[in-house]
Amino acid sequence: MEAMYAFFMDKAGMGQAGAHVTVAAIMATLMFIVMALCALVFTWMERKVAAFLQSRWGPMRTGRWQGWAQAVADMLKILGKEDIIPAEADKALFIFAPLLVLLGSLLAWAAIPWAPGFVAADLDLGLFYIFAVSSMVIIGILMAGWASNNKWALYGAARGAAQMVSYEIPLALAAIPVVMYTGSLNTQDIVIAQQGGIWNWFIFRNPFLFVSFFLYFVASIAETNRGPFDMPETESELVAGYHTEYTGMRFAFFFLSEYANLFLVSMIAVLLFLGGWWAPIPGLDFLPAALTFVIKGVLMVFLNMWVRWTLPRVRVDQLMHLCWKVMIPAALICTVGAGLWMMASGAAG
Amino acid sequence: MSQKLVERLQREFGADILATATNHGDESVTVAPERLRDVLAHLRGKEGCEQLSDVVGVDFPGRDRRFQVVYLLRSWAKNHRLQVKVDVAEDEAVPTVSDLYRSADWAEREVWDLFGVPFSGHPDLRRILCHHEFEGHALRKDYPIEQGQECSRPEKLFTDADVARAAQRATAVVSDPGGVVDEVHPSDLLTVNIGPSHPATHGALRAELLLDGETILEARTEIGYIHRCFEKEAEDHTWAQVMPYTDRLNYCSAMLNNSIYAMAVEKLLGVEATPRAQAIRVIVSELSRIIDHLVCVCANLVDIGALTNYWYLYNVRESIYESLEKLCGSRLTTNYARIGGMSHDLYDGFAAEIGHKLDQLLEGHSDVMKLVARNRIFLDRTVGVGVIGRADALNWGYTGPCLRATGLAYDLRRHAPYSGYEQYEFDVPTGEQGDTHDRIMVRMAEIIQSRSIVLQALDKLPDGPLNIDDHRVVLPPKRTVYDTIEGVMNQFKLVYEGIRVPRGEAYGFGEGANGELGYWCISDGSGRPYRMKVRPPCFPVFSSYAQLVQGGMIPDAIATLGSLNIIAGELDR
Repeated sequence: MEAMYAFFMDKAGMGQAGAHVTVAAIMATLMFIVMALCALVFTWMERKVAAFLQSRWGPMRTGRWQGWAQAVADMLKILGKEDIIPAEADKALFIFAPLLVLLGSLLAWAAIPWAPGFVAADLDLGLFYIFAVSSMVIIGILMAGWASNNKWALYGAARGAAQMVSYEIPLALAAIPVVMYTGSLNTQDIVIAQQGGIWNWFIFRNPFLFVSFFLYFVASIAETNRGPFDMPETESELVAGYHTEYTGMRFAFFFLSEYANLFLVSMIAVLLFLGGWWAPIPGLDFLPAALTFVIKGVLMVFLNMWVRWTLPRVRVDQLMHLCWKVMIPAALICTVGAGLWMMASGAAG
Repeated sequence: MSQKLVERLQREFGADILATATNHGDESVTVAPERLRDVLAHLRGKEGCEQLSDVVGVDFPGRDRRFQVVYLLRSWAKNHRLQVKVDVAEDEAVPTVSDLYRSADWAEREVWDLFGVPFSGHPDLRRILCHHEFEGHALRKDYPIEQGQECSRPEKLFTDADVARAAQRATAVVSDPGGVVDEVHPSDLLTVNIGPSHPATHGALRAELLLDGETILEARTEIGYIHRCFEKEAEDHTWAQVMPYTDRLNYCSAMLNNSIYAMAVEKLLGVEATPRAQAIRVIVSELSRIIDHLVCVCANLVDIGALTNYWYLYNVRESIYESLEKLCGSRLTTNYARIGGMSHDLYDGFAAEIGHKLDQLLEGHSDVMKLVARNRIFLDRTVGVGVIGRADALNWGYTGPCLRATGLAYDLRRHAPYSGYEQYEFDVPTGEQGDTHDRIMVRMAEIIQSRSIVLQALDKLPDGPLNIDDHRVVLPPKRTVYDTIEGVMNQFKLVYEGIRVPRGEAYGFGEGANGELGYWCISDGSGRPYRMKVRPPCFPVFSSYAQLVQGGMIPDAIATLGSLNIIAGELDR
């Protein structure tokens, strides 16, 4: 990043402001491209992982090798689909909702530290910022469900809002012990604090952090609306939930955002608990930092998919029960416990 | 046994028992309409007839009292059956028995719908299979079979008044007795349609739910979306031509429908299939039962979000289907049984192939059991969901796995063995509390039992002729048709006139995949059925659905629906 600033200021002769704008524009474009690519790769991966778990092949023909081009073909197909807005829908909201959902995921990507110094928005409140902007997805989903003027969509949206608002709490609570250890909300600082091999990763620092990791993981599945917590969609109950009425590219935006969010929460898990860009053992140091980070993220995504294709769906009231009566108390205990542990071990600053 | 029952009835009711008859081993009594309720109440209260299997209407236009309504009663505990008949003139009402037997609710509606026999005192006498705009009564002999009607307006199941009433009731429930009235306004409630086109209905049927949030205040169901009046069709075809129509009843286990239909007509003919044909029927029936249960369990698991299990079981189903296709040329519409035998014998290597596939079945079965049996989410979703008690289940007319899930080991293969079922060793798995979980697990256990029956039957498959040696029933071999004049004539008569089933009536039944599948057949001696009534197992089961889901949530309604295994093909006929 510094190199980029230096390049634009010195070599290209821009002022400081000009360099900032240019770098921001480059990073934003880059993030968007990476995000779109992620969605493509992960849809393909999801289909292959699901197929693997379900003793079938998944896509095998498009693009010859393991049907790698299937996702591309799907995207092209979806671009060619008729864009339908129901006559009774609230047109403005209906159009705006998918954009808002996508925006929420995209904004959060800005604070992801891919490698030392390489982060689009190096914010001191990074983690806070990520949790804050990713909440915009909820508004988008509510908007989509309401604007569709469809009962299934409304039910999906109401469930989605209830679920995501609730699960934000354990999600954030699970991150608090990490922040306590680091003493910073800056995502780079959090990763740097985990330097020095796998035992310095926050997940293995103490038992409370270990539990926090699993709390975070479960809450993150709920945040991304994926099985077993896919309440807003529940295709067997609510037809297709909040996006029942969406077609073509607008539907693709929801789809894109689901996978962008999936990778986002996985990367946050990596940066909070799994050592960010640090290699687990010294021998793997030769890998570029960003690659290490992405590999860990993809493994988390795989874990997420594994869970999705293994477990049945919980019922909507059981989902709430799990959140408010199990996970939030557990997360609070972990926060207090981690604090006490820090005091006892003298790690507190 | 039933003979004694008739004698006791005669002692009790004297001259009110207008007539008694025995048809092919089935006892029947005729009573006057005004005594019907007393007789049925007596049978239910004193004689232990806990179940009304079906109500059948018959139209005899020549008679003074044109319509006959037949009540098929069954006592599982005492293992006897009795038919109670009532003759009524046109427009003469029959007193309803829907307060004695809940299964009579829909059954009487069906008779009203198709014959126009009114039932006085029935709480909700509407059409059920035909569209509400339909005019006339389709199964009356004077309704022309080719006369179609265009009906398009959908029926609203909840009126505004219904919603207002429900809101009032809900207000009473949520308001706390201390005085705070938390009023539920009608506009707080929402009606949604589950079906006729919904991912979880697995067939065209409709349940309208009146919802307060996610909670179901009230449910109402509507069926008949794929009603094609199979029974009218049957009257227009020869006995043998009806066989392919039976495929379309429960299309998940067509072989069972075939076999039981053939058995019913054989009962009326007074013949019995050869031991080899019987054994083959058992084999294909049990294979059908396996695939039917697989479909039900898979679909149920998919409905509660456990998608992966689907492939573990469906792959096996697919491979069994391959064998069935090899056996009879098609997968769904098998048309394999024949009256008096089977259409052809098993192919070479069938036993080995099926044996191998049944081993795969065990693998898939155990994979799924490992995934769900102790899974917390699965248990949370299914235990205590859609509960029905034993007495209620009998009262609603439940049979088959749904009844056994309540803990009653009632199985027609045990209670009234047919096709040589008494030779095979098998358990009758039961559940405990009649919830969704038990229904799934009973089916899973029955798959294993059916597998064992298939293996036993394959093991001791008797040699000998496949078809009975009766040229009035079974088509002659092609060689005879080509070479002899008798052969040509037999073939000609059977194809053009159909099997001359002697005048009479019989109720042939067996254990279908969903429960008691029965065919009530009346022959007037021509080559065609005079009346053919199917007793589909899921019809009475679905009639209780609205009650089962009331008070639950949308996801419960979906899980319950899947576990009942409602097959629209036999539900609507």
